[in-house]
Amino acid sequence: MADITKDQVKHVANLARLAITDEEADYYADKLGAIIEFAEQLNEVDTEGVAPTTHPVPLINVLREDKPVPGLDRDLMMKNVPEHEDGMVKVPSILD
Amino acid sequence: MTLFNKSAKELQSLIHKKELSAAELTAESFRRIGAVDGDVKAFLALDEERASARAKELDNTPMEDRGPLHGLPIGVKDNIVTEGLETTCASRMLGGFDPIYNATAATKLDQAGLVTVGKLNMDEFAMGGSTENSFYKKTANPWNLDYVPGGSSGGSAAAVAAGEVPFSLGSDTGGSIRQPAAYCGVVGMKPTYGRVSRYGLVAFASSLDQIGPVTRTVEDNAFLLSAVSGHDPYDSTSFGVDVPDFASALTGDVKGLKIGIASEYLGEGVGDASKNAVREAARVLESLGAEVSEVSLPNTKYALPAYYLLSSSEASSNLARFDGIRYGFRADDVRTLEDLYKKTRSEGFGDEVKTRIMLGTFALSSGFYDAYYKKAQKVRTLVQGDFMNAFEDYDVIIGPTTPTPAFKLGTQVDDPLTMYANDILTIPVNLAGVPAISVPCGFTEGLPLGLQIIGRHFDESTVYRVAHAFEQATDHHKVMPEIREVQA
Repeated sequence: MADITKDQVKHVANLARLAITDEEADYYADKLGAIIEFAEQLNEVDTEGVAPTTHPVPLINVLREDKPVPGLDRDLMMKNVPEHEDGMVKVPSILD
Repeated sequence: MTLFNKSAKELQSLIHKKELSAAELTAESFRRIGAVDGDVKAFLALDEERASARAKELDNTPMEDRGPLHGLPIGVKDNIVTEGLETTCASRMLGGFDPIYNATAATKLDQAGLVTVGKLNMDEFAMGGSTENSFYKKTANPWNLDYVPGGSSGGSAAAVAAGEVPFSLGSDTGGSIRQPAAYCGVVGMKPTYGRVSRYGLVAFASSLDQIGPVTRTVEDNAFLLSAVSGHDPYDSTSFGVDVPDFASALTGDVKGLKIGIASEYLGEGVGDASKNAVREAARVLESLGAEVSEVSLPNTKYALPAYYLLSSSEASSNLARFDGIRYGFRADDVRTLEDLYKKTRSEGFGDEVKTRIMLGTFALSSGFYDAYYKKAQKVRTLVQGDFMNAFEDYDVIIGPTTPTPAFKLGTQVDDPLTMYANDILTIPVNLAGVPAISVPCGFTEGLPLGLQIIGRHFDESTVYRVAHAFEQATDHHKVMPEIREVQA
């Protein structure tokens, strides 16, 4: 099994803004370890001098005319916002 | 019984003879859903009131102004946003989400005169191959209710197979249209990357995702793809190429076409039933005058690991937007913004989604980026190269869509690597961005099998031509599953 330690799992979870318990860290270390080990078979492939693909079909510099168009209505955009006040999105305290 | 064992053309002809109306067809769709969806569980949300009103309105369109799909009902996968109709991606994270705009594909359905009856179940955020990762319900395979319909577009395939709607839209990132289409015995097309706008398709892996049609017949599929294709100023990755009338490619003539059977698709990990069905399909195509020979796609086995690293990396970035602030689920009892993010995401996402977010975050994180993410991008180039080489000598490539038929509900959901292996034959296509269709090509133990036909970039026409010729020469598409109707 590929090594992904419990501490690495906790680190990655924090980067992804996921809260995980100690028990879950064990579970995901096993699960992710198996997937990463599987992925490591890519090391068998000689990729010397191969360019990475970022996009499956060739598309370069997609531009359009810089023309203003009406956006969505602000009140409408608040429709799915869990908490808002005076047309502004409300969040909890940013600093502890 | 259902009216939806008929093709779009047959339904249109009944409408033109005034034996049927759009309003009656929409009513029939809701009746059938009421009678069988308690067992099939394909739909997450229904839009009966608006759909019925719209169908009545469409009955007023003069006959000469109607296209081939006018007035017919359709279901839409729940990761395609539909204005005013709840769109959840089968996740707790988007429970109650009420979109304020339409995906471009949804707008195009309206323009073609289709009537959206409801939203279809899927694996949460399209991550999975059995639809068992839905937060809301587990869809059953209409051929045997103890089996999975496949995924992630399991609802889209099951609803068509069960005759609840004549067509649906799905999305395909690693096989999510073709694999359930194969498992449910229907026709599913993943178009060329860039053929259909992704605007309003909730993003999973943006360099792989494509919307595509699921139908009973190849001709219906061609009609529906023509209706939803085209460049969209709201999606800069949608390609500025003309949209052909794909149905005009269905000549029935495949004489002299060069068809490659991918040797690796008949190799390790592929079951005998799938291999035999595809060899038989090759004989059918040969009897129609096509030239069939074996072709090698040597990097096939590396597509699956490369895909999991790339798609999860893209997902980890795309799903960062679900933070409990602007839409969707929001956790209670939090003190700070950081707490809100973490609690919301931990409670809102299911296990498989969290797994992939963490896998992707890991593959992109400092110290691992070159070894995992970049390596996978290079392997992607090699996988794409396999196809480009093969297409120098062949017009299309065929193989099984899946290594086996559908499996039983609950048997693979705790074993991710076994589950992922169901997609070994569909994933290479997404990495290369080429189009591919799955058409029914036989049965084993009462469950359908699919023939996959893969084409060059933007050459869906040839793919459809071969699929149609095969379909017309065989009877697989004429069989429908028997499903007990209950009085609603």
